[in-house]
Amino acid sequence: MSEHHDHDHEAPRRHRHPLQPDADDTLTYHRKLEIAVRELLIEKGIFTADDVRAAIEELDGRTPDRGSRVVARAWVDPEYKALLLKDARKACESLGFDMDLFDVTLTVVENTPKVHNVIVCTLCSCYPRMLLGLPPSWYKSRAYRSRMVKEPRVVLKEFGLELPEDVTVRVHDSTADLRYLVLPMRPEGTAGMSDRLVTRDSMIGVALAQRPR
Amino acid sequence: MKRAFDPGDRVRVRKVDAPGHIRTPYYIRGKEGEIERFCGFFRNPEELAYGRYDCEQRALYRVRFLQRHVWPDYGGPRHDTVDIDIYEHWLERI
Amino acid sequence: MKGYHDLGGESAGPIETKEKEPTLWEKRVEALLMLLTRRGVLKVDENRRALESLGADAYHNATYAERRVMAISNNLILKGVISVDELSARLAEIDRRADPLP
Repeated sequence: MSEHHDHDHEAPRRHRHPLQPDADDTLTYHRKLEIAVRELLIEKGIFTADDVRAAIEELDGRTPDRGSRVVARAWVDPEYKALLLKDARKACESLGFDMDLFDVTLTVVENTPKVHNVIVCTLCSCYPRMLLGLPPSWYKSRAYRSRMVKEPRVVLKEFGLELPEDVTVRVHDSTADLRYLVLPMRPEGTAGMSDRLVTRDSMIGVALAQRPR
Repeated sequence: MKRAFDPGDRVRVRKVDAPGHIRTPYYIRGKEGEIERFCGFFRNPEELAYGRYDCEQRALYRVRFLQRHVWPDYGGPRHDTVDIDIYEHWLERI
Repeated sequence: MKGYHDLGGESAGPIETKEKEPTLWEKRVEALLMLLTRRGVLKVDENRRALESLGADAYHNATYAERRVMAISNNLILKGVISVDELSARLAEIDRRADPLP
């Protein structure tokens, strides 16, 4: 099956899933529903139009860069790393990140030479949004949610990551009040390099942190 | 608040059908695992889902399962695991 | 009884890994949910319960943002925050607008 999905985004897709068009310029029923609900809530004083704009700016500001900064700091500062693994909220707040999102608790799981962690949410789309922002489409997809928990090594291979047999693959199915973030291992020979090594995918666990090519 | 389990305890996930909004995935019901850690007390999502915000809190645990036990045809090595957060009322002591 | 949202272990095809930036309207849906939870109107658990009550067809055929806006509006009606009548009237009014898109 793997020949159908190398991770090269330029490659032709032979198995495209039918995606509903959701271009911003089409007035679909669901778009009308969003407009109607938003307007009614503003009129009822639940929130203001400015609140909506501010919330969108906040969403735009939450990018995987936050996660990368946290990981890069943990790589060079053992005390910070210990705090991150014990109380991720406190560790992230100390870098100035607002962690109040949907009443959930961030938990960081550490990759080691013997354990590789990867996250999924089989019931919905729980994701460490406070540090990574909105989840990518594939993370929310039926295929990822169905398969990652049952055949993680096959799925990881499709993402281009093949792990030796002696490494334990540990899948975290986020079902409750915790949100998981993977602390990837620092690649060899990268002392002095910055958080550019830490990709979003390495913090989900579908890739390793890597030297820029 | 009291809790029933400690890290290292062996548990089985209750194999039942239940009404409403459930956060215990179907594939793990009836499976046996080990308490990896106690995660804290959290309000029961099965009640929160229906707007009962003042419902009682429940102990939440991270439970570790061997993939080969969860999926008899699992293709990877025997030490691979799946870790799932499960509320106490879904767990029974083995 | 396994819910249609409870996907762990289902057989499924390849994972479409093409990246896609969220559109403005998709972000508006996210913003609505963020604001409603912060104002104490809605909890994410209630939003999930609503998603699990859309029916399998809507759940699997609608996009992520479409599912979420349906769940939000169903919950707001259920909680009495907005009425069916005012929502219907507003939808009809949007249809009559010369330039309905914000």
